[in-house]
Amino acid sequence: MTSPESTPGAVREVLDADDVQRALTRIAHEVLERNKGAADLVLLGIPTRGVPLARRLAERIAAVEGAPVPVGALDITMYRDDLRLRPARALARTEVPPGGIDDKVVVLTDDVLFSGRTVRAALDALSELGRPRSVQLAVLVDRGHRELPIRADYVGKNLPTSLRETVRVLLADSDGRDAVLLGATDGGAQ
Amino acid sequence: MKRHLVSAADLSYDDALLVLDTAAELSRLLDRADRTVKKLPTLRGRTVVNLFFEDSTRTRISFEAAAKRLSADVINFSAKGSSVSKGESLKDTALTLEAMGADAVVVRHGSSGAPHHLAYSGWIDGCVINAGDGTHEHPTQALLDAFTMRRHLSGETGDLAGRRVTIVGDVLHSRVARSNVLLLATLGATVTLVAPPTLLPVGVETWPCEVSYDLDATLPGSDVVMMLRVQRERMNAAYFPSAHEYSRRYGLDVARAAVLPDHAIVMHPGPMNRGMEIAAEVADSARSTIVEQVGNGVSVRMAVLYLLLGGNEPAIGASEKAGVAQ
Amino acid sequence: MSGWLVRGVRPLGGDPTDLLLRGGVIAAVGQGLDAGDAQVLDGAGLVVLPGLVDLHTHLREPGREDSETVETGTRAAALGGFTAVHAMANTDPVADTAGVVEQVWRLGQQAGHCDVRPVGAVTVGLDGRQLAELGAMADSAASVRVFSDDGRCVSDAVLMRRALEYVKAFDGVIAQHAQEPRLTEDAQMNEGVLSGVLGLRGWPGVAEEAVIARDVLLAAHVGSRLHVCHVSTAGSVEIIRLAKERGFPVTAEVTPHHLLLTEDLVASYDPVYKVNPPLRSADDVAALRAGLADGTIDVVATDHAPHPVEDKDCEWAAAAFGMVGLETALGVVAAAMVEPGLLDWAGVADRMSVRPARIGRVADHGRPLAVGEPANVTLVDPAGAWSVDPGRLASLSHNTPYAGRELPARVVATFLRGRPTVLDGRLA
Repeated sequence: MTSPESTPGAVREVLDADDVQRALTRIAHEVLERNKGAADLVLLGIPTRGVPLARRLAERIAAVEGAPVPVGALDITMYRDDLRLRPARALARTEVPPGGIDDKVVVLTDDVLFSGRTVRAALDALSELGRPRSVQLAVLVDRGHRELPIRADYVGKNLPTSLRETVRVLLADSDGRDAVLLGATDGGAQ
Repeated sequence: MKRHLVSAADLSYDDALLVLDTAAELSRLLDRADRTVKKLPTLRGRTVVNLFFEDSTRTRISFEAAAKRLSADVINFSAKGSSVSKGESLKDTALTLEAMGADAVVVRHGSSGAPHHLAYSGWIDGCVINAGDGTHEHPTQALLDAFTMRRHLSGETGDLAGRRVTIVGDVLHSRVARSNVLLLATLGATVTLVAPPTLLPVGVETWPCEVSYDLDATLPGSDVVMMLRVQRERMNAAYFPSAHEYSRRYGLDVARAAVLPDHAIVMHPGPMNRGMEIAAEVADSARSTIVEQVGNGVSVRMAVLYLLLGGNEPAIGASEKAGVAQ
Repeated sequence: MSGWLVRGVRPLGGDPTDLLLRGGVIAAVGQGLDAGDAQVLDGAGLVVLPGLVDLHTHLREPGREDSETVETGTRAAALGGFTAVHAMANTDPVADTAGVVEQVWRLGQQAGHCDVRPVGAVTVGLDGRQLAELGAMADSAASVRVFSDDGRCVSDAVLMRRALEYVKAFDGVIAQHAQEPRLTEDAQMNEGVLSGVLGLRGWPGVAEEAVIARDVLLAAHVGSRLHVCHVSTAGSVEIIRLAKERGFPVTAEVTPHHLLLTEDLVASYDPVYKVNPPLRSADDVAALRAGLADGTIDVVATDHAPHPVEDKDCEWAAAAFGMVGLETALGVVAAAMVEPGLLDWAGVADRMSVRPARIGRVADHGRPLAVGEPANVTLVDPAGAWSVDPGRLASLSHNTPYAGRELPARVVATFLRGRPTVLDGRLA
């Protein structure tokens, strides 16, 4: 479903709290289906909002399989290709679960997939932490406009957007509620 | 905008926390045993020059390791400034470095104010990081000391509010003491300087710290005791009558270490004069962080280099407009 | 031969009058003088002072001609309104013999921009151990009357006593650079809160005051004249005031920079502010100004200290001590003393011409602006603000702390025995 051009200043809720929950549940099942179970699975969220998403996915997978799934965080600040465009940024926390990532199936988790540069940086960061057996990508929203040959394996919602629009994900963990908002930008894209 | 780290006063509260938090994360990232590549690509293509006019293998190696772990190119320039060549060395050397395209110059010099001069002279384009100038300052030492304190006392997060730090020794000639007093005050700690009156600078009562001549009185209330190196030769200039009397009155021996609170740590910027300001047993005891300080130095210097050079402009430090030391 | 008529000029800041300079003397003073064949200079708005006399200058020749020569230094002096300067003895070789002082005196004569009165060293090689041939220097063509080891302190009490006694024979004066050497080893700046913060070794005021206290008592005891160079602290002013109250034969000088600048400038670590004695606190500056105003401090002396670029364009500890000051002296005194109303132009004439000439026993300078007196005069524009440009100083060296600063008064013309050395603010 295409979204009509938003009017400046207007913000539309394209996914509500229930939509988000259902999307996460569906992704959890897809992950299990594709990987034929949860063996050797490690979920790594890309800060900021990828981290609670990864945790919630891990909870759902654990609920189905009856065993905990290792979950952590992968900060990609040091690997960004746009570092030189702004002053140096504070780092977020990287937490690799105790079993590591060697020979594991790593599912990177993020809230929005856009240009693909964040994921490229995450792949670089990952390669210096170890050698996973495979890497998959789960995102809550894919808004198009890829600048690199990157694609997601699991998508909560495909949301075609124009570059003049912004996509904002709210999560209960940090923002009080779950939602995906689409708005018009006054300048830079999200 | 060009910015520099010449004095600990160049760091605001937010700057200081940013450095410490970044250092903590970098240390976590790189020290994992299972990490295949103990390096980050962040400063690839940047050139860091170590300009050391004073011998200091330890500090130079620390900065070199920090730069290399961020994939920066490192050039080491050792220039022994003799009294004959005077100041020509500094200016001519700086112009040579500029021709080599240094993004950052880490400078250690025997004259107080030399890094300040380098930073604001217009001779070079890069950032200047003071690795110790005369008896003036050594800001990255203060940062790694604060990092060490935080790790042991505050769970590696936040500031040092309410912590009681006692610094003992030759404060008059110590750049480590000056930088520590400034940075610890910024981070909310309470600092007490302990020394004989001859080894305290004129005007110390205006510094943001307490002063005491009595080491035994301050120890029971200290969370941190930092011992400064005291040169035996100072007794020849009548700073104290003999090495023996100094260490009797101001040395941290086993008996004194025993009255410290259980959680208290003992620090020393090195190199130590074992038996003079600190007993060998105390230096090697479990509450001593002396060896750990060295490792923390690399993480902290990585954080400083990253924050100054990682983006299009520095995220911390004093700007040219400031240009005047406190 | 034909001379100069200066019209409508204000002697010592008083009412306008005409001044005729002819035959090397002031030929006439009065209203509406007839110029005859004299050249006319419009003095409207200008103040005329007796030619300034500097008791303390470093001309660096012989030995350091890379920083200044007698020729370039006296040009700077003339532009600053000086008609006579005392050239300090710390040259290379040291001016501790009749030969060297005569050489300097002759160079001054040849240059012709102002009179050069060489100062003789007190001790051989400025070493502080053996008296130099003070008598020979006094009897030489240079006719030395002021003796100083400036740069170094005559710290040995016995030697200072002997020197004071010895010069009585020829009405000489010992000019002491008061600095206790052991208390100031490797000192870099004023000792105080700032030196502790900046990590620069301190030069405590007591190192100056203790020497002055000793020397004023010695001078009184032996009945000989003492002159104290470059007083820099409030404590020193107090000691000198007390000595004068007791009638001790003491005179004292202050530099222009110690009347205007404080140690805060050192926080920039810019060696242009490195000087000996060092810049001190605002309280010291206030006491020095008050001391100069009430005459406790007798004279302003520049301590003009030229240094080549490489001795100042470096880190602080490696830099040389000293500032140039001949061309900016009057402007700085105007800013520090005249503008705040602490001294009028008559007072400036007294402190910068009359008294220094008397102390140095310089017969034909510092004289009243009256008929028959030698025509050594300086014309000043009291409203002539100008901006200091180091590159445009006549001195060979450019280490001035006033770069870019606007000074309120300007020397327009200087006459040496009736001949102009400076006209319209430029060398004649």
